[in-house]
Amino acid sequence: MKKNKHLLPMLMAGAMALSAGFASPALQAAEPVKIGMITTLSGGGASLGIDIRDGFMLGLKMKDGKLGGVETQVIEVDDARKVENAKQIATRMIKQDDVDIVTGIVWSNLAMAVVPSVTRAGKFYISPNAGPSALAGKKCHENYFNVAWQNDNLHEAAGQYVTDKGLKNVYLMAPNYPAGKDAIAGFKRFYKGNVAGEVYTKLGQVDYAAELANLRAAKPDAVYFFLPGGMGINFVKQYSQAGLSADTPLFGPAFSFDEGILKAVGDAAIGVYNTSQWNKDIDNAANTSFVEAFKEAYGRNPSLYASQGYDAALLIDSAITSVGGDLSDDDKFRDALRKAEFDSVRGNFKFGSNQHPIQDIYVRVVHKDGDTVTNKIVSKVFTAHQDAYATECKL
Amino acid sequence: MLTIELFFEQSLNGLQQGVMLFLMAAGLTLVFGIMHLINLAHGSLYMIGAYVAASVTQASDSFTLGILAALVAAGLTGMLLEFSALRRLYNRDHLDQVLATFGMILFFNELVKILWGPQALFLSTPEFLSGTLEFIPGAPYPSYRLFIIGAGLVVALLLRHLIIHTRVGMLIRAGATHREMVGALGVNIDELYTIVFGLGAMLAGLAGALAGPMLAVEVGMGEKILILTFVVIIIGGIGSVRGALVGALLVGMVDTYGRAFLPTIMRELLDPASADTVAASMSSVAIYVLMAVVLIWKPRGLFQAYGS
Amino acid sequence: MFLSKIIGSDASFRTKIVTLLGLLILFAVPLLANLFNEPFLVDIASRILIYALVAVSLDLILGYGGMVSFGHGAFLGLGAYVVGILTHHSYEGTAVAFLPGDWQGTTQAFVQWPLAMILSGLLALIIGALSLRTSGVYFIMITLAFAQMLYFFMISIPTYGGEDGLNIWERSEIPLLDLYDAKSFYFICLVLLLLCLWCCSRIVKSRFGMVLRGCRQNEVRMKALGYPVYRYKLMAFVLSGMIAGLAGALLANHTEFVGPGLMHWTRSGEIMIMVILGGMGSLIGPVLGSATLLMMEEVLAGLTEHWMIFLGPMLVLIVLFARKGLYGLLIGKGTDNG
Repeated sequence: MKKNKHLLPMLMAGAMALSAGFASPALQAAEPVKIGMITTLSGGGASLGIDIRDGFMLGLKMKDGKLGGVETQVIEVDDARKVENAKQIATRMIKQDDVDIVTGIVWSNLAMAVVPSVTRAGKFYISPNAGPSALAGKKCHENYFNVAWQNDNLHEAAGQYVTDKGLKNVYLMAPNYPAGKDAIAGFKRFYKGNVAGEVYTKLGQVDYAAELANLRAAKPDAVYFFLPGGMGINFVKQYSQAGLSADTPLFGPAFSFDEGILKAVGDAAIGVYNTSQWNKDIDNAANTSFVEAFKEAYGRNPSLYASQGYDAALLIDSAITSVGGDLSDDDKFRDALRKAEFDSVRGNFKFGSNQHPIQDIYVRVVHKDGDTVTNKIVSKVFTAHQDAYATECKL
Repeated sequence: MLTIELFFEQSLNGLQQGVMLFLMAAGLTLVFGIMHLINLAHGSLYMIGAYVAASVTQASDSFTLGILAALVAAGLTGMLLEFSALRRLYNRDHLDQVLATFGMILFFNELVKILWGPQALFLSTPEFLSGTLEFIPGAPYPSYRLFIIGAGLVVALLLRHLIIHTRVGMLIRAGATHREMVGALGVNIDELYTIVFGLGAMLAGLAGALAGPMLAVEVGMGEKILILTFVVIIIGGIGSVRGALVGALLVGMVDTYGRAFLPTIMRELLDPASADTVAASMSSVAIYVLMAVVLIWKPRGLFQAYGS
Repeated sequence: MFLSKIIGSDASFRTKIVTLLGLLILFAVPLLANLFNEPFLVDIASRILIYALVAVSLDLILGYGGMVSFGHGAFLGLGAYVVGILTHHSYEGTAVAFLPGDWQGTTQAFVQWPLAMILSGLLALIIGALSLRTSGVYFIMITLAFAQMLYFFMISIPTYGGEDGLNIWERSEIPLLDLYDAKSFYFICLVLLLLCLWCCSRIVKSRFGMVLRGCRQNEVRMKALGYPVYRYKLMAFVLSGMIAGLAGALLANHTEFVGPGLMHWTRSGEIMIMVILGGMGSLIGPVLGSATLLMMEEVLAGLTEHWMIFLGPMLVLIVLFARKGLYGLLIGKGTDNG
């Protein structure tokens, strides 16, 4: 350590002498808003990140590249779904690029690692997807806003819907990791019947034959599963091949029945119920124009993730407009965000005390519309639903 | 509750998983045993097989055509890789091979993403295999899984025939042990290696095409099965096709039984909440424990290859 | 010539130049960062140093002992978790789980870091004792298997966050130093790396190191000469695990986060690639490899989201045309073991 202590001041002095010659960057008159977008664009799960990014950029494009009338610069970096990368990118955005707002993260574990360092540095974080319980409860922060959902929300809705339908013996399945356990806990919070079986599978599991055989032997009334990404595709395909879909209805959160995933699963998903806060057939002006514009810009149907990215852009737009393009006062900007004065594509939207959404949650069914397999809304499960952790948050 | 029917059904599941692994492992172990090449890109060939099968099946409405196209595509890609880069690595350190073939994984994953997009592809079971067969009372079994078991066993028999009874097989066996001698007898060793590599690649492509209807056809699907495949050939003994078969079935069975029965067993021993966690963790690592135990017992795997 | 007297004979001329130049660059990083007004450079450089440390530890057994560990992420991860868990309990004011008594952890680096090294060393002792019964590709796979077991274990224990991992709310404490200061942190990493390089260079030149290198070249002969080969290799393996554990402790501080991802086989693979890329069997090589791989990632990822399509073929080309890794390319000859 001795070496270090001598060196440091020496080098510092040298550096200062050298850098004295370089003028500090001149202050610009109208400073653009800088938004850092950290999301997953490569490797596994890239489609989610790409959807969020595309949704967000569409929102920006529809405001002519100016959120709240201010020139907006989006710095977009791929985190390759690695915590370390995400953390490093966040540090750079804070220290070097001096962004005003960070957004984009897809995964809860990445969010858990990155969000605290963003908020601690006095920047704002707008979550377009992940909503881990800690950040909604005990570790909530005044600069952290979630524009998607708290992780449990869709599972809670499923629990309620299954109970409403009078199903009394449900089999539960999720991967063996925290989000999986939260999902099952969220489901059980509103489900009143008997649990026919509760199975935790390997993360990233590919083949579910063994679980399906056990499931059949347990003879449940219905099955609720949470298997995000490729795991869900595997499961639904194999569930249908095992001939289970005829007698035992399948329920899941929207994640496994997104437009992209339905394209990959095909007819095997028909008849599956899934819970979501959004669907492309929700009838309001904001949603209609979003769906149209998205299809035109990218040539595909928007997904849940895209809608969340889009809403994140709109939320920021509304807040910047409200403070008249001046982001210098954090308190004012925060209050503006809290008001959430934007037309969400999902209709009713406001923030709870923990700055997570209070919103309606629907149940959708997968059906065939002409040649495409897609979702339609069946009914509304919750109106103005708030998450269970808001009371733990001291804001 | 454990019934005889359930046990039988789970055994079939284990068999099916084992057969699938065998298709992957056979090619990998041949290349490994004969050319002494560690090919991490074997999983990429599997992915290419699945993607091509999915595209062609969708375009032509024929799963058979899809499989054939997958065989051709994976075989050609494999031979191209062998010809352009990998043959320069046969005499190199295993580590150079690891680095180069790892680079290829990155390349193929990104290439597939650019060509087909980041979303998973659609490939369903052909109509005549989409139902179930109820030959175990009360437990209808998916016909498609039966089809895979059958296809895998046929391939195993064909491979056996090829290696034991044909001239190529004889050269393969000879090439593994006495490379120079075979060369001196006027056989074009380079050509032989390209053929063997192409054969291994085709098997990987076949595995990918067959897996497609059951699984998500997505970028990164190759790596998931790659590690399992390595576990299989290590347990079986590198270079031994018979070892690959035994290893594959062993891994398939242990993995399936672990997932099927550990939760029930653990619930007898522990409270439900910790039982679920413990069972899930134990079944996740079951195959790695199996491999460690086999290697501690038999440091060079269960079967010896022709060469060593 | 006077100059050649200082730098020595021609044979090692380039080696010395490269080493000197490397040292110069390493010490100048904070300066350069200020100069170009890119303060973030220091953070990236710290990460490079930490990965260099773990790559050197792997090279010690891989390049010199011929033991290809495909599970080095396990030691890195364990070291990181030691810091993570102790800080977690100290921050929350709870007793350390799985331990008798009610010790509430600590944030003192002088406790955390040595403990990280000791526990990683113990883990290496267990894994090594079992794995060293095998060799070659079998050794590669059995070390991978152990790392995967640990990975799935960490994923499923909820006490320490499972897959979500643990946030580290306070960096380790060293008296008189502030680890939150990027430059201080950088120099601590640098000093530790240099210290480790110096120790390793002493080790590989010692009798112990000679035996180790002998094992790599011809294990049977070493056995015949009466050397307790297994014990020597195991010692090297444990040493390597300890250094990797230290790197893990540093990495936990750098990322302010620990998660099971550190133990996944892809991470072990990346470490291995750093060693091969830089040039194994040379202690400078892994440092070069770490710098090159991380910088390539950094630069390419900034250019295009399809950066892997360039990185992949680059790796292939390096293997095909730079047979002794980048270090070999730089010094223009084979490495120590060449």
